[in-house]
Amino acid sequence: MTDARTLSSPLDLQSVRADFPILSRELANGFPLTYLDSANSSQKPRQVVQALEDHYLRHNANVARAMHQLGAEATAAYEGGRDKVAAFIGAPSRDEIVFTKNASEALNLAAHTLGASLKPGDEVVISEMEHHSNIVPWQLACERTGATLKWFGVTEDGRLDLSTIDELLTERTKVVALTWVSNALGTINPIADIATKAHAVGATVVVDASQAVPQFPVDVSTLGADLLAFTGHKVVGPTGIGVLWGRYGLLASLPPFLGGGEMIEVVRMTGSTYAAPPARFEAGTPPIAQAVGLGAAVDYLTGIGMDKIAAHEQSIVEYALEGLKTVPGLTILGPKDATDHGGAISFELDGVHPHDVATVLDTRGIAVRAGHHCARPVHERFGVQSSTRASFYLYTTPEEVEALVDGLGFVRSFFKLA
Amino acid sequence: MQLDSLYQEIILDHYRSPHHAGLAEPYDVEVHHVNPSCGDEVTLRVELDGDTVTGVTHHSVGCSISQAATSVMTDLVIGKPVAEGMATYEEFLELMQGRGNVEPDEEVLEDGVAFAGVAQFPARVKCALLGWSAWRDATAQALAAREGVSNG
Repeated sequence: MTDARTLSSPLDLQSVRADFPILSRELANGFPLTYLDSANSSQKPRQVVQALEDHYLRHNANVARAMHQLGAEATAAYEGGRDKVAAFIGAPSRDEIVFTKNASEALNLAAHTLGASLKPGDEVVISEMEHHSNIVPWQLACERTGATLKWFGVTEDGRLDLSTIDELLTERTKVVALTWVSNALGTINPIADIATKAHAVGATVVVDASQAVPQFPVDVSTLGADLLAFTGHKVVGPTGIGVLWGRYGLLASLPPFLGGGEMIEVVRMTGSTYAAPPARFEAGTPPIAQAVGLGAAVDYLTGIGMDKIAAHEQSIVEYALEGLKTVPGLTILGPKDATDHGGAISFELDGVHPHDVATVLDTRGIAVRAGHHCARPVHERFGVQSSTRASFYLYTTPEEVEALVDGLGFVRSFFKLA
Repeated sequence: MQLDSLYQEIILDHYRSPHHAGLAEPYDVEVHHVNPSCGDEVTLRVELDGDTVTGVTHHSVGCSISQAATSVMTDLVIGKPVAEGMATYEEFLELMQGRGNVEPDEEVLEDGVAFAGVAQFPARVKCALLGWSAWRDATAQALAAREGVSNG
């Protein structure tokens, strides 16, 4: 039905897909894998897996404290990962990159350390479209300190409701923590504009960029954020590593988060002094091989070109929105056009629960996510308990989107809606 | 991965018209259980008379499997001694954890045998157990409350 549609993408999808062996897998009943769950976790190119393998098989040792040749190699590899990540997001200094275990830990680090100076009467502003990992740490920080949590609402068309910004951001606002791209709605938020207003009242701006860094070029030097978090496994890198970028001056002013090895300067039984950033925030043996893998991942994405990946995402989202609109009884949550729309689309199918949609699609090899996608409040905002989400990446083809649209037709007929 | 083995007609019937849906009075204990990873929710009320389950009613939001399993569970436990309901749960649990290798006993599980196919979809087993976990919790609380009264 959609044969006439074409996709204009700057990527050579066949050659990109050849780097991801998993994408040519055949699943149960002979269906090829149609992987539409990259906002949950992206697939990994051979180059990243080979970098991990090479590190573990040839260079493995602990970092910094290991004073032998392999220790030096491992340290150089780990710190090389830091250099690559810094360059990838435009960080002015490599010392502004803190490695964590994931984006959740990065946001908890931000909430704990910024939270240390919060007091009753202070306010933290988030939004209703946050992932739970950018809600709960701030709720906990407010509970610990007596500060008050406030939030931006979401408009009917899935955008941040900025009409209340002048009431929300006041001299009491100490932290504004927002997602750049909503993992549930796909909405891209105007971070730079909000950051300007937040800074005008003296607030610190924390950005959850978990869905942004994978999708388009990011330059933290011009964004206006003070702290920014993302995770490795969504940027074709390994699991087990996340990143907190921070302005160096801010990081240097923050207290430690976790205590342990390598985060200290001098430890005495009567008290300790702490290392400078980023070591101050990297207690214990860090995710060494993962940093190597993440370095290979950002090299891979840079080699393809983040501008091209962004253009591809834009095309495929537009293509998918058009296709999904042809499915009877389907309602898209959030923005219905591709303007300022990231690579995830959540929807409801009238008469079929999202888990049942996902299970039926799964039997045709189509992997989507069903549930509240760790963003329950925004689902509540739209009066739904859960949704089905399809998300796309640099390897997603128009044929896969067609498979989804056809699959949804099959779901309807299976549940006798068509 | 056979869809028809998962979505048996019996399951879809219970999903479309769940038994004992709608919270009823009187009741001894009300519980609210959720599957945090997916968001399915059930509110469930239990009424006991001695050791017999006299009433189970529920309000559920969730997928076909969780709603149908809750519906079937009410049929299996209402009018039975608590111990028999708990034994039926054990048998249903064994079926769910059997990865498709357990032959269900229709004498015991009645419509519950239709869930045999769920065991081959590991992600959906927790859906089939949600209503049961709510019933077990509510019943245990009702028994404990009565113990408390008789001991006190």
